[in-house]
Amino acid sequence: MNGFLTSIGYQHWVLPALLLIPLIGAAAIWILGAARDHVVTVVPGQAREDEVLSGTAATPRLLALVTFAIEFIVSLGLWWSFDSANSAWQSVIDFAWIPSWGIRFTIGVDGIAVIMILLTTFIMLLSSMASWTSIRARCHSYYALLLILTTGMLGVFLALDLFLFYVMWEVMLIPMYFIIGIWGGERRLYASIKFFLYTMVGSMLMLAAIVYLGLSSRSPATNLPNFNYDFVLAHAVLTPHAAMWLFGAFFLAFAVKVPMFPFHTWLPDAHVEAPTAGSVVLASIMLKLGTFGFIRMAVPLFPSAAMNPTIRGIILTLAVIGIVYGALVSLVQPDFKKLVAYSSVSHLGFVMLGIFALTVQSVQGALMVMVNHGISTGALFLLIGMMYERRHTRLIEDYGGIARVVPMFAAMLTIVTFSSIGVPGTNGFIGEFLVLIGSFRTEPIFAVIATTVVIISAAYLLWAIQRILFNSLDKPANEKMKDLNGRELAIMIPLVACIIWLGVYPKPVLDRMQVAAEKFVQTVDARREMTVMPIAQAEVQP
Amino acid sequence: MIVTSLDLAVPAQLMLGLVPDLVLVSGAMVLLLWAAWRPDSNEHQRRVGLACIALAGITMVLCFNWAGRFSAGTGPIALDNFRWLMDIVILLGTVFTIALSMDDNMRTRITAAESHVLVLLASSGMMLMAGARDLIIVFLGIELMSIAVYALAGMNRRSERSAEGALKYFLLGAFSTAFLLYGIALIYGATGSTNFTIIAGRLSVFNLSSSPLVISGIALMLIGFGFKVAAVPFHMWAPDVYDGAPTAITAYMAATVKAAAFAAFVRIWLEAFPYAWPTWHPALSGIAIATMIFGNAIGLAQKNLKRLLAYSSIGHAGYLMVGIASGTFQGSSAMLFYLFIYTLATFAAFAVVVALTRDGQESVMLEDLAGLWSVRPWLAFAMGVTMLSLLGFPVFGGAGFFAKWYILQAGLQAPVPQTLLVVTLVLTTVVSAGYYLYVVMLMFMRPRPEGALPPERSGGLTQMVLGLSVGLILLLGVMPESVIRFARAGRPHMEIQPITTVDPTAALARPDSARRIVAVTPAQPTR
Repeated sequence: MNGFLTSIGYQHWVLPALLLIPLIGAAAIWILGAARDHVVTVVPGQAREDEVLSGTAATPRLLALVTFAIEFIVSLGLWWSFDSANSAWQSVIDFAWIPSWGIRFTIGVDGIAVIMILLTTFIMLLSSMASWTSIRARCHSYYALLLILTTGMLGVFLALDLFLFYVMWEVMLIPMYFIIGIWGGERRLYASIKFFLYTMVGSMLMLAAIVYLGLSSRSPATNLPNFNYDFVLAHAVLTPHAAMWLFGAFFLAFAVKVPMFPFHTWLPDAHVEAPTAGSVVLASIMLKLGTFGFIRMAVPLFPSAAMNPTIRGIILTLAVIGIVYGALVSLVQPDFKKLVAYSSVSHLGFVMLGIFALTVQSVQGALMVMVNHGISTGALFLLIGMMYERRHTRLIEDYGGIARVVPMFAAMLTIVTFSSIGVPGTNGFIGEFLVLIGSFRTEPIFAVIATTVVIISAAYLLWAIQRILFNSLDKPANEKMKDLNGRELAIMIPLVACIIWLGVYPKPVLDRMQVAAEKFVQTVDARREMTVMPIAQAEVQP
Repeated sequence: MIVTSLDLAVPAQLMLGLVPDLVLVSGAMVLLLWAAWRPDSNEHQRRVGLACIALAGITMVLCFNWAGRFSAGTGPIALDNFRWLMDIVILLGTVFTIALSMDDNMRTRITAAESHVLVLLASSGMMLMAGARDLIIVFLGIELMSIAVYALAGMNRRSERSAEGALKYFLLGAFSTAFLLYGIALIYGATGSTNFTIIAGRLSVFNLSSSPLVISGIALMLIGFGFKVAAVPFHMWAPDVYDGAPTAITAYMAATVKAAAFAAFVRIWLEAFPYAWPTWHPALSGIAIATMIFGNAIGLAQKNLKRLLAYSSIGHAGYLMVGIASGTFQGSSAMLFYLFIYTLATFAAFAVVVALTRDGQESVMLEDLAGLWSVRPWLAFAMGVTMLSLLGFPVFGGAGFFAKWYILQAGLQAPVPQTLLVVTLVLTTVVSAGYYLYVVMLMFMRPRPEGALPPERSGGLTQMVLGLSVGLILLLGVMPESVIRFARAGRPHMEIQPITTVDPTAALARPDSARRIVAVTPAQPTR
């Protein structure tokens, strides 16, 4: 495989191709859509046609599917071409973008990014398939936005220039805002603006922090600001005081995205109101961008601030509060989608715990939880979407005993639920176990509290599927539910396969992330030592 | 290119330095005669309008040619790139204004062909402001501009609100000019000159920065300019005047008049008062912060699209003042870039207002935008890009983001980093998202109300203005490098003295330094 990839020069074009393919697809879909809108005059005041029934949805969704499939296949090569023993950035592309400001277009991958990219392209392919019949109006714009969103998210994983990172961070915001706001549920306007404003408060402060960082790490030759990630890491001259504020700005941007406990209130609204694919993308990928931001940016750039005992204590406390709170709130949700949304708060708390416990094991565990949560929560949202399309309700009490009517669906939901609980043999187990083991060494109290929550998470999910799938079949409307069709099986089977594969043999994924995780821990440890010194000196000299 | 040095004391050489301005003014005079020659009619109005656009275009080409060709010692006018680039921004706004008002006049049945010539006359005043290096010339430019704009604001004689707005604008404008003039007089009294270079020299040599005469002079001039750029608390006139004036003229006031006022503002502050930085900086920052907060916060409550844009333009005045407050030439470059992008975005927004206004409709309300996407997708798209650009959002908002980035960079790169201003800027940007996104939400996410008529077909010139500005915004949002280079070249440039600025750190470290000789250090090579 590697020989073949080398022979086509894969390393040299893969990353820009990953960013460009969705854009080309989006442009094609949009141009076709604009041409069509020109022909069909829309009568105001009249409901728009159902594009799935009339067949106009066929072109955009097929084009989108093809684009996502190409994107996935292209990205798959990274699995082999990535050299997991090498800790340097790989497949780097670097050229000057705005030379006057010292801004470059630099992209590259490490082990963490590779896995997240594969997760992204995989989930996006499935969510475009999941929108097949659930999106019935303005399909052209929908699929085009989904594609642009992909570019934005991949851009965040790829960016090695802080400026580019910020641009990509914002780029993914607009498509998601439109996807929630146009194709969402009842309260979509409220949910979309809340999502946008929460994210923007954080990211605008991050923007100011990035400008500051760039200005404090100038290129020696030209004296221009330099935003290159490695360069900033090595050369930024910051006072401990400034580092604290800058960390605060980055922290806010990422904590809102994760979301950490007090900043999470946008999440239930956005998840519940978004269309199925929107919820899947939000849960599987966009939340990971927050934790990815901590691993890539906030912690390594400002280790002295991030590892300051007080700040670290606060963050760990918030993470554990998130774990407990998310689980407890999930327990009482009548709406299954909201239940899963709150369970995300809990799972992402594990990731934060793993990152800030700062052992190689806990960081690897955190990365595994990121992948697992992407797969299992994504799958849960997909299944909820399938339920909703059939019954147009998400309330748990409207279901009951449907396992007898829809056995395939029931089997899938059960497996996915087990994976979300973290039953051994499914992927969920590996990640949470590693986080708990790893963090027990440095933070035993937090680890113990987090461990107990695993029981609660079993309780709320098992109780929910009991009420949905098992109990008595007492609602007549449920008796005519159709089981999964071929398309839906085609979506679910790869996900279930991943759940079992990662539960039984996660080594290939762990191996690819190992070096990056070690590098992360070492960088933070080393720089923590390094940057503690100036603080001590500063205290001596008034 | 060989740079010729002109001796501005020689009339012929002074004329040479003023060729673009003279071409514009004399051309405008001829066009004024032509406009008055024929009876008013729509055809005549459009003919004169096209001729005016052509004249502004010729002047723009002349400015491009004059840029970098001449230099001058101390004199009443500047021949630096800042002037020429500012002229180009102003003339771009002029062309857009005339194009929009040709369409708008046709709809509102304003047949006065002179309105287009008045725009040219106002623009020649603005060009004078951009190039002035003498307080008297600044004053001349402001008067030339203002009197034409007072008339333009009341151009729609049949509308009461237009008349009300014009009167308000005239009274407050006259009031603010009085402040400015008084300030100029005090500065002259303190330094004995109206020339920027000489004022700067005398302020530093005789250490006048803290003399009461200079402080009150600067304060009065600050108030005068505060009115002109509609900074809080001198902004009250703006929403009423913007709402009442014909839409194209509103765009002109919101973008181009503001640009010219800022050009004079920044040049006076950086060339004449650099050594008084510690004196004016607190006041200017206070005004900037108040402007950013109030402009954006009150914008949230607006229901009328033109008033919303008025408050948005107040907020932007606050952002621009961050560039001045940084007190560096990088700040002025950032401002130049910002004004260029802001001009494009503002004209795009008002072109949408022109396209949406129906016959006989007083003003466009926000509800009129609901569901615009389903009836006029391209119009909604253009307005969406414009709103995101004013918000300063990357890629989808195009170059608006780079404009904001430049200001942030200038603020943080100043010898004393303007952290407070920068943080206020980013936080008020989030506030402004509240209303910019509300517009986007209305257009794309609300259904079109029952029985709402689709907007009428917009005029060809409106479409051109909209297409050109949105296209440029999006293009520059991906490759801004060339315009940034221009902006960096276009900083005010003083040839006589080596460029010096106060080292404000030194001044701040010693609070009593204002009374002693302020340490003057050569500026770091700014970027």
